[in-house]
Amino acid sequence: MTINTDMTVRVTAITPVAEKVKRFRFERVDGQPMPVFSGGAHVVVAMRDGDLLRRNPYSLMSSPRDSRAYEISTLRVENSRGGSAFMHEKLKVGDTLVLSQPINLFPFDVRGRKHIFMAGGIGITPFIAMMDQMHREDRSFELHYAIRNRSHGAYWKDLAERYGTHRVKIYVDDEKLFIPVDNILGSQPLGTHLYVCGPSGMIDAVLAKARGAGWPDQNLHSERFLAPPPGKSFRAILKKSGKTITVGTHQSILEAVEAAGIDAPFLCRGGACGQCETGVVSCEGTLEHNDHYLEPDDKKSGRKIMICVSRLNGSEITLDL
Amino acid sequence: MNINFRQETFRGDFTFKNSPDTVRRFPFPFHEDSYMYSVNMEPHVRGAPGSAFDSLIDVDEHYVSEMQDRALVLKEDPLRCQALPHMMTSQWDTLELIMEQQAAGYPEHFTLTRDGDNWHWVNRPLGIDQKFVFGDASTLPYEPMEYITRQAQGDFCIVDQRDNNLWMDAGMVTTQADWSLDFDIGMNFMEWHGPVPLAHQIGVFERALKFLLNLQQGKPVRRLNWTMTINPRLDTSPENYPKWGPDRMTVTPENVGNKVHLRCELQSLWRLPRSNAILFVIRCYLIKMEELVTVPKWARRFPRVLRTLPPELVDYKGLTRYRQTTIDWLSKFDDGAPTSPGIFPD
Repeated sequence: MTINTDMTVRVTAITPVAEKVKRFRFERVDGQPMPVFSGGAHVVVAMRDGDLLRRNPYSLMSSPRDSRAYEISTLRVENSRGGSAFMHEKLKVGDTLVLSQPINLFPFDVRGRKHIFMAGGIGITPFIAMMDQMHREDRSFELHYAIRNRSHGAYWKDLAERYGTHRVKIYVDDEKLFIPVDNILGSQPLGTHLYVCGPSGMIDAVLAKARGAGWPDQNLHSERFLAPPPGKSFRAILKKSGKTITVGTHQSILEAVEAAGIDAPFLCRGGACGQCETGVVSCEGTLEHNDHYLEPDDKKSGRKIMICVSRLNGSEITLDL
Repeated sequence: MNINFRQETFRGDFTFKNSPDTVRRFPFPFHEDSYMYSVNMEPHVRGAPGSAFDSLIDVDEHYVSEMQDRALVLKEDPLRCQALPHMMTSQWDTLELIMEQQAAGYPEHFTLTRDGDNWHWVNRPLGIDQKFVFGDASTLPYEPMEYITRQAQGDFCIVDQRDNNLWMDAGMVTTQADWSLDFDIGMNFMEWHGPVPLAHQIGVFERALKFLLNLQQGKPVRRLNWTMTINPRLDTSPENYPKWGPDRMTVTPENVGNKVHLRCELQSLWRLPRSNAILFVIRCYLIKMEELVTVPKWARRFPRVLRTLPPELVDYKGLTRYRQTTIDWLSKFDDGAPTSPGIFPD
C-alpha cells in the first residue's frame, strides 16, 4: 500500500467502445503498480485544459485486482461543461494526467446473499468492476442493463458473453424492451441488495418502486454523479483567506476556489460524500442546493452549502473558507 | 536498524521494562499541560527517525515477548480473536498491509516475496518461514487476520462500512484498556463508544464518524489515546478484571515509580483496498513512572495533566484510587518551569 496519494499517469490507450463512448487506459509514469481497489470505486481525474484545471470523478471499470493499469469509460455529453469534450477530443495517447487514489462511495454490502444491479447507459461502469470482483469471490449477482439502442450501448455483448445471459439481461429502448422493475423487485430472496446507477430519473423511479415494495433502505444503494449545474455568475467572499472571487456561469464554487489557489477539501465532487461541506456566513440571494448530502433542515437553515455542486442565485455569498 | 528483543513478562513477576532508548521513543500523548477529548487526528505519515512514528507499523524491543503474551491470552480465551464470516476479504487486506509495512520498516527482521498469488513470508525474530497462496486461507495455519496479528504488536479491529456507519465485525484484542471484543463484536461506532463520558455531549463522535466514513485509501490517519495501568500488564480485559482490578489498591508512596504506568495507545486507521473496510490499529505502549521522569519535560507535564483532569475522566479511566499518590510522587520532579509545546522530549 502506497502512502503518497496522487498518481501521475500516462494515457496508454483510447478505445472507441460504442457511439459517443470511449475507454481510456492509464498507467503510472513512475512504473509503480496501481493500488488494488474495491468494485464501485471512482478516481478523480485532474486534467489541464489550457489555463483550466478540471477535476472530474469517473468510476473505475477495470478489474479491481489488476494493478497494471486503470480503465474508465466516458460518454461524450452534448451540453458538457467541457470535461467530456476534453476527454473525447483533446486527450491523446501519451498525454499525462493526475489521478487521485481510488475512493469508494458505492461499495457493495459484503453480507448480501444476492446482488442485483440495474444500470442505465454509461451508469454501467461501476458494475463492470463490481461484477469482476463478485465473480472471483463467487457471489450471486445479476445485471439488468438498459441501453438506448444496440450501437449506443457499451459492453453489453462482452458482459453477456462473460457472465452468461442468465445473469446479464439487456433491455433496448429503441426495441421497446424495458427493465421489468416490478417483477424483479417482487421476487427476490431475503438478503438481496439492489444497486442502481444511471440517469437521475431512473434512479429515483427504481428506488421509489423498491421502497413501495417494502425493501428496507439498508438494502438499496445508488450512485449518481452530478455535474455542477450552470447558473448566473456571483461573488464569493472567502472569510478565512480574506479573498473575494467570482464564480462563473459554468464554474462551481469549488472550482472557483481552487482557481484562486485555495485548497478546499473534496472527495466525490458530485454532491454525495459530504467532504466539501462549507459554512455560509451570510448571503444576498437564494442558495441553490443541488447535493444529495445535506439534510432538509440543513438546507433550509441557509448556513451550510456543498460547494462542489451547489451555488447561489443572487449577488454575493460569504463563506467560512 | 537491528533491534535487541527483550525477554520479559507482562504478568506474574512482571519483568517488563524499557531500555533508555525506548523511553525516549515513547509516544507521550500530551502536547500541552492539560487534557481533554478532541478529534485529534493527523495524517499517519513517517516521523522522526528512531521515534515510534519512524515506521507506520512500529516494531520495538518488546516485540517477541508481546507475541508470547498474546499466545498465552489466546490459549486461555480464544474469543479474543473473532471475525464474522463476511470479513474474509478484509482479513487478507490486513495481512497484506502488516506484511508490507513490517518488511518495509525492518528488512533485517521481515521479508515478503511475492510471485503473483504465491507469497513467501519470513519473520526472523519469531522463527517463521511460511509459503502460502494469497486468497486461499487453507494454505495458512490460521485465518489470515489471526495469522498475521499473532506476529504484530498492538490490537487490531477491522470495521466494515455500510449504512453510513462503521461496524466492529472482526478483531484481535489482547492488549486492551478494559474493553471486550467479544462484547462489542457486531456493534456500530456509536454503540461501542456508548460508555465514554463527556465526549458525546461535545459532538466528538459524530464528527469522528463523518471523518472516518470518508477516510481515503493511501491516506491513513492516527491519534493518541491514554490511560494508566498498575503493573506492566498488557491484558487488562473485562474478562480478567479479578486478576488486575485489585492491583489498583496496592499503590503506595514507596512503589509508585515501579508500579504505576502510563499507558499510551497509538491508534492508526487505514482504508483497506479490496474490502473498503477500515483497519483500526490500537498499539499499546507502557512506561513506568520512574522511566517517565528521566525525561524532564514529561516529568513536569504529567503531574500537571493529572491534577487538572476532569473528574469524569478520572473515574472513567479508573485512576481514582491512586491518582493523588501518583501526583504527590511526580511533583518532586516538577520545578514549575514552563514546558515546550508538542509531545517530544526537548
